[in-house]
Amino acid sequence: MEKKVFFRGWFLPILLILPQLIISIIFFFYPAGQAISNSLYLPDPFGLSSEFVGLENFIFLFNDSYYLSSFVTTIFFSTSVSVLSMGLGLYFALLADRIFKGAGVYKTLLIWPYAVAPAVAGVLWMFLFSSRIGLVSWYLGLLGYDWNHALNSNEAMGLVVLASTWGRISYNFLFFLAGLQAIPKSIIEAAAIDGASFWKRFRTIVFPLLSPITFFLLVVNIVYAFFETFGVIHTITSGGPEQATTTLVYKVYSDGFVGQDLGSSAAQSVILLVVVGLLTVIQFKYIERKVHY
Amino acid sequence: MSIRKIFLKACIFLMLSTSAVFAKTQIEWWHAFGGRLGELLDEQVQKFNASQGNYEVVHTRKGNYSETLNAGIAAFRAKQQPHILMVFEVGTATMMAAKGAIKPVYEVMAGSGGFNPDAYIPPVKGYYTTTDGKMLSLPYNSSTPVLWVNRDLMKKAGLDPNMSLSTWSDVGKALDKAKSSGISCGLTTAWQSWIHLENFSAYHNVPFASKSNGFAGLDTSLQFNSGLHVKHLDMMGKWAKDGKFFYAGRRNEGGANFRAGECMFFTESSAGYAGIKKEAQFDFEIRPLPYHAGTKAPQNTIIGGSSLWVMSGHSADEYKGVAAFINFLSGTDIQAKWHQDTGYLPITIAASEKTAADGFYNANPGTDIAGKQMMGKAPTENSKGLRLGSFDQIRGIIDEELESIWTGKKTAQVAMDSAVKRGDALLRRFEKANK
Amino acid sequence: MIEKNKKSYFASHIGLILGIIFIFFPVWLTFVASTVTQEDIIKPPFPLLPGPHFFENYSYALFEGTPEGYGKNIPVLKLLFNSAIMALGITIGKIIISLLSAFAIVYFRFPGRKFFFWLIFITLMLPVEVRIVPTYEIAAKLNLLNSYAGLIFPLIASATATFLFRQFFMTIPNEMVEAARMDGAKPMKFFIDILVPISRTNIAALFVILFIYGWNQYLWPLLMTTDPNMNTIVMGINQMIPGGDDFGHWPTIMATSILAMVPPVLIIITMQKFFVKGLLESEK
Repeated sequence: MEKKVFFRGWFLPILLILPQLIISIIFFFYPAGQAISNSLYLPDPFGLSSEFVGLENFIFLFNDSYYLSSFVTTIFFSTSVSVLSMGLGLYFALLADRIFKGAGVYKTLLIWPYAVAPAVAGVLWMFLFSSRIGLVSWYLGLLGYDWNHALNSNEAMGLVVLASTWGRISYNFLFFLAGLQAIPKSIIEAAAIDGASFWKRFRTIVFPLLSPITFFLLVVNIVYAFFETFGVIHTITSGGPEQATTTLVYKVYSDGFVGQDLGSSAAQSVILLVVVGLLTVIQFKYIERKVHY
Repeated sequence: MSIRKIFLKACIFLMLSTSAVFAKTQIEWWHAFGGRLGELLDEQVQKFNASQGNYEVVHTRKGNYSETLNAGIAAFRAKQQPHILMVFEVGTATMMAAKGAIKPVYEVMAGSGGFNPDAYIPPVKGYYTTTDGKMLSLPYNSSTPVLWVNRDLMKKAGLDPNMSLSTWSDVGKALDKAKSSGISCGLTTAWQSWIHLENFSAYHNVPFASKSNGFAGLDTSLQFNSGLHVKHLDMMGKWAKDGKFFYAGRRNEGGANFRAGECMFFTESSAGYAGIKKEAQFDFEIRPLPYHAGTKAPQNTIIGGSSLWVMSGHSADEYKGVAAFINFLSGTDIQAKWHQDTGYLPITIAASEKTAADGFYNANPGTDIAGKQMMGKAPTENSKGLRLGSFDQIRGIIDEELESIWTGKKTAQVAMDSAVKRGDALLRRFEKANK
Repeated sequence: MIEKNKKSYFASHIGLILGIIFIFFPVWLTFVASTVTQEDIIKPPFPLLPGPHFFENYSYALFEGTPEGYGKNIPVLKLLFNSAIMALGITIGKIIISLLSAFAIVYFRFPGRKFFFWLIFITLMLPVEVRIVPTYEIAAKLNLLNSYAGLIFPLIASATATFLFRQFFMTIPNEMVEAARMDGAKPMKFFIDILVPISRTNIAALFVILFIYGWNQYLWPLLMTTDPNMNTIVMGINQMIPGGDDFGHWPTIMATSILAMVPPVLIIITMQKFFVKGLLESEK
């Protein structure tokens, strides 16, 4: 997408972009490059020795049937989290946008959960879902249902999806709300006078006008679901039972950060980067065409 | 007070405090203890600092065990490493392989008076000692698994709470009775791989891995798919299926259920003592870990926990300070107090004797069981500990395969064969990376 | 508003309340846990309503105490201060540099424009855990360990914010730029006088998100500080939460967690004032 009207010159824009570039290069590209280069080596964690092994780390991964099956887990997990958190975020934003009385209270209560520190969130999920003694598990037990996400794969997956979605609804709510507020009131009022129903207005006017922010959220939520959810998985299920909740990035984390196998975790990062990178390019190429700027 | 005055005062205070610090040699210690344990650790450090005038130990919590290890690695690579780094026992092989990054404890202690390796309890120091008896790191917090019993639930099940629970078949009989009297959680466990495979092997004197569990070389391979291992896990799997064994998670999730009074038996570290004592509102008892009759058991159990590694790249004077601190930490009073406060094992024989002489074991029955279970017999090559690379991932694999037994998806034999095969692949990688 | 229908207005309230019950419930639970005793928490069922121990637990949390045998609590006020500095630094820094770079990317044509956009974008795709060790090495080389600058700068580059501003700038009608150009406004004047003011809803939304992001940072501050005077509140809470075989006093931990949420919530409330409707009236 291009803007038709723009300013001329190249010096000023380069200058404007420079602060972000410099910080990204120093604190992202240089260290990331070093970490990623490990994918071709078998390094020891202290940096004392490092043997070049070519593509061996990748071959090791692709010979591991468990690694391949975690692709499927990741796709299911990421899709569920993105769809649920965006859907609910949009739903609440639409409701909140219609309200005048008490809107501030609603908004505050809906955004607040985002402020819960991840470690505290981990404790809360344990309070809620600990097998048999958690709040929810206890009452389910009274109803005759024995909740145990340590052994039941579906419950485990459901719980990590729930926890990851919960942590993200506030984010989507806030940006959808900001997007809704930017829609000129006059347009919707005109449509309302024409007698269009709420859903018709939503489909034909509101949603197209929301599409720039929706596209933004689609891309960042997929990135979130892929890259930022290993902490939740680590605290709640450690990837289990068996490998039911072992996503690609959880494995990167547990092999690299916990297990100190830097070669393998770098190779996994490269694979993940390529997968999500391609996914993002595809989104920019095909989905962005449908965005109304 | 004006801002200016506050500022001046702050400057003077800073100057004074920094000059006071410079007079002493600083020893940095990075560890993973917060909360109550962190406070007990801080107390040890304060005592050391007050006990002499040459060195000052400064301790910093660097997160949990994994985070602390990463912090130490990052700092070493940036030449900012502390003098002492706390590393959990599964990181032992990683640290040992990092020859240029560490200074073995026996080298640090060489020349410092009063260091006697024989003063340490053999199975405790054994985990961190080479095959030729050289101590590489100082055991800090060590514990070993025992059987925790909720006596009230036993009574409720119509069992005699004093019945023998020394073998797994005794436990099985009690579980049958509990099940029939409607107790929903007969047995639960924490740290399943550590207790039901690693310690199980040592206790029954069968190898967990070849080459003396990895002590004798990196070309070791896993052996926990033997008949005895499979027999034990088959039994547990059957209990899980029958609702007698309740699995709550890979870490210590089951502890919350036991402390809440929901479970009759609980296999868990002796270090659970402080928490259980604080929270259990029922009559509890510690029993030795059960074994299978007709085997070489009971041998001795092995430890879990962490040890202190001394990092390379510091001055001779600083290492003198480290040596003084290690001597201080190994002191009988310090160790006896640590053991009594936390439920961790004492690292020296003297501290264990002092605790007995203090009357602590009489006042707190059962707290001597862990120690006795460790020291009952001289450790064999199967019961000194484990030294396996990538061990954290191997435990992850074991957890996965055990879960497939508990859910009934795999038989114990199939699951353990698979765990051995997958784990061996990681061992070969580690061997290659650390040639 | 537009919807004059009372029924559907009422339904919106109901929908929001149901949503809040679900989304806000864990926060409520934190509060409940901060007002009861340890026994109430460890013995099921978990309480649903607050207990009478509010003052006791919060005074433990505020004044570094806990009941006998649970270990000392952390110095909350000091940690809150450090967190505030870090979070504000990250938020303001990120918003400024992202506004600038998004402005450059949307409103100029210069060589490498797309390349730079993707370069910024790709920084989303490698979690900090993977690159933490080399990042620490850089920070050490630049002498940034144990400093506020070291806490803030490595976290300041934000692809998310740049992308968001790009999306918003794209929706701004071309007529606005043309009008500015006809008035002879220089690019920076257009940026400051027009672009920044009409972006204020998005800036406010980002401010909330980035402040909380900064506030909840854990691993980076943990690794790069050894001076306890630089610790943040989230580090403090992590330190209190017992792991493994240890135990902790949950009511105090939960009271501290509630206290740690006060500044972010104040930011949420303040920033809502900047949610202004209809800044872009003349469009389409």
